[in-house]
Amino acid sequence: MLFYLFGAVAIVASLLVIAQRNPIYSVLLLIASFGALSGLYVLLDAPFVAVIQIIVYAGAIMVLFLFVVMLLNAPHEDTEEDLETPGVERRQLAGAGVRRFGGLLAVGLIVELWWALTKNGGESGAFPAPSVASVAAIGRSLFTAYAFPFEVTSILILVAMVGAVVLARREPITRSPRRGSPGSPDVP
Amino acid sequence: MIPTLNHYLLLSAILFAIGTAGVFVRRNLITILLSIEIMLNAVNLTFVAFGRALGSVDGQIIVFFVMTVAAAEAAVGLAIVIGLFRHKASLNPDSFASLKW
Amino acid sequence: MTPLLIAQIGLTLFVFVMLLNSAAIMVYVERKVAAMLQQRLGPYLVGPKGLLQPLADIIKLLFKEELRPRAADPLLFALAPIIAATAAFAAFAVVPFGAETTFFGLLDQPMRLQVADVNVAVLVIFAISSMSVYGIVLAGWSSNSKYSLLGGLRSSAQMISYELSYGLALAGVLVIANSLSLTDIVNRQSGAWLGFLPRWYVFLQPLGFLIFMTAGIAETNRAPFDFPEAEQELVAGYHTEYSSMSFSMFFLAEYINMVTVSAVATDLFLGGWHGPLLPESLGWIWFLIKVAAILFFYVWMRWTLPRYRYDQLMQFGWKVLLPIAVVNLLVTAAGVLYFGA
Repeated sequence: MLFYLFGAVAIVASLLVIAQRNPIYSVLLLIASFGALSGLYVLLDAPFVAVIQIIVYAGAIMVLFLFVVMLLNAPHEDTEEDLETPGVERRQLAGAGVRRFGGLLAVGLIVELWWALTKNGGESGAFPAPSVASVAAIGRSLFTAYAFPFEVTSILILVAMVGAVVLARREPITRSPRRGSPGSPDVP
Repeated sequence: MIPTLNHYLLLSAILFAIGTAGVFVRRNLITILLSIEIMLNAVNLTFVAFGRALGSVDGQIIVFFVMTVAAAEAAVGLAIVIGLFRHKASLNPDSFASLKW
Repeated sequence: MTPLLIAQIGLTLFVFVMLLNSAAIMVYVERKVAAMLQQRLGPYLVGPKGLLQPLADIIKLLFKEELRPRAADPLLFALAPIIAATAAFAAFAVVPFGAETTFFGLLDQPMRLQVADVNVAVLVIFAISSMSVYGIVLAGWSSNSKYSLLGGLRSSAQMISYELSYGLALAGVLVIANSLSLTDIVNRQSGAWLGFLPRWYVFLQPLGFLIFMTAGIAETNRAPFDFPEAEQELVAGYHTEYSSMSFSMFFLAEYINMVTVSAVATDLFLGGWHGPLLPESLGWIWFLIKVAAILFFYVWMRWTLPRYRYDQLMQFGWKVLLPIAVVNLLVTAAGVLYFGA
C-alpha cells in the first residue's frame, strides 16, 4: 500500500518536473520525488541508502541546483522574448515534433525496459525473506571488496570540485595599463 | 497486492522514460540536467530492488557510487551552465547551436 | 488499540507539546539571562518575575497583521516557514530522552522514550537538518527583496558549510561507539571509571565535543555566527518580509533547532540520561538538566561574544574547523585501532 503511495508521488512529481515552466518549481518537485524514492528504499530494507539519498541528493545536490537557478535568475521557458524573435513559428512546429518524439520515445522505452527486465523465466519475482543488510555489512564490503572504487571516487570528487571552481570562476579581467581610470571594472 | 520485484522494475522503467523524455522535450539547460538526475535515480531504484531480490548488499554499494558520480556530474554540469549563461544570457540549448563562441 | 499504541501516540503528542513549550521557555530564559549578563532587570512586569512574558509575546505575534509583499511568490512565501518549522520538529523525533520505562507498571512491556526508534538515528537527524536549509533559502528567494535574498543565500551557504564539520565530529563518536543508534550510544555511556568519573564520551572526545558545539551553533544561525540575520547588517536577513505567524514559525524553528542540537549533544557526548543518585527510570531528569546546561551555554555565548563577519565565518568553517575535525577523526580511529576499545 505504501509502495503505491510512494510510487504515485514519484511518478507524478517527475512528470511535473518536466512539465513545469518555472525552474524553481521543477527543483522543488524533484526534491519531493527524491523523498518518495527514499521511502521506497526504506520499503526495500535499505535504510542506509534511504538516508543517504536525503542527505546527498535532496540535501546537497538539489541545494546546488537551487543556488544556480537563483544565481542566474533563470528565466521561464517560452518568455516573451522567445516569442518575439523571428522564426518562432518554425520553432514552435519543431517543438511540437520534438514533443511527439519525446512522448513516443518514453512509451517505447517503458515497453522495452519492462520486457527486458522481467524476462526471467516467468517467475513472479517475489522478494525472498528479508536479509539483514546492516550498515556494518555495507561498510565492511565497501572497504574490502570495493576499496579501489572507493578511493577512485574520492579522486573523482576532487577533480569535480576543482573543475567546478575553475569553470565557474569569473574570467580575470585584463587590466588596462592605467589603473584607476574611470570605468575600469572593480575587482570581482 | 504485495509489491514484487516486477512492480519496482516497472516503476523504475517509467521514471527512466520520464527522464529521457524530459531531456528531449525541454528547452532549458537546468531542466535537462534535472531530467538526467531523474534517470540516475531510476537506475538507483533498479539496483536496490535487485539487491534486495538477490539478497546481496552489492546493490546498495553500487547505488552509493552512482550517487557520488551524480553529484560530481551535477556540480561540473552546473558550472558549465553558469559559464554558458555568462557568455550569452540564455538557458535555451538552441542558442548555443553554432560552434563559434 | 493496545496500551502500547496508546502510550506511543501519547508520547508523540507529549514531545510535540513539550517542544513548543521549550521554545516559549527559551524566549524567557534568553531575555532574563541577557539581562543578568548586562546587569539589568529584564522582563519583570508581566506575571511574577516576568514569567508570563512569553505568553504576552505570543499573543502579540498572533494579533499582528499577516503581510505578503505583492511581488512575492505566494506559494513559496507560504511554504518556507512551514518547511523550516516541520524540519525542526521532525529532527527531534528520533532523539531518545529517557530509558525504557513501563510507566510504573501500566504497560506490559517496556517502551523507549523516543518517538521513533530507528537504528540509523544519527543519520536521520543529519538528513532532516539538511532539509531545514530549504526553509531559509526559499524564504530568502520568495520574498523578492534584496536583504532577504542576500540573507537567505548567506545563511544557507553557512549552514551547508558547517554541516561537514558537524558530521565529522559525529563520526568520531560513531567510531568509538560502533553503532548508529542513539539509544545504543547512550547506553554505552553508563557506569563510571574509577567509581567517580562518568563514562561519557566528552572525556574521550573533548575536541569532538567542541567541534560539534561550534558547528551546532553555526548550524542554528546563532551568535557568534548569526551574521545573516544580524539586525545591524541585513535588517533581519531572510525573515525580513515576514510578520505575525510566519515570523513566529521561523523563530520557533530556530529555538527548536537549538534544543535538538543540545539534545543530540547530550545523547552523544554527555551520557544522555545517565547520572548518579537517580534510578534509571528517572533518568529524564538528568537529561533535562544537561540539555538546560547546554542551552544556557548557547545563550551565554550569544550575549558575550562579538559577531563574526561573514567571510571570517566561512573561512573559519572551511579552513580551520574542517581540518581539525578531520584530524580528530583520524586520531580517534587510530586510537580505537590501537587500544581496541
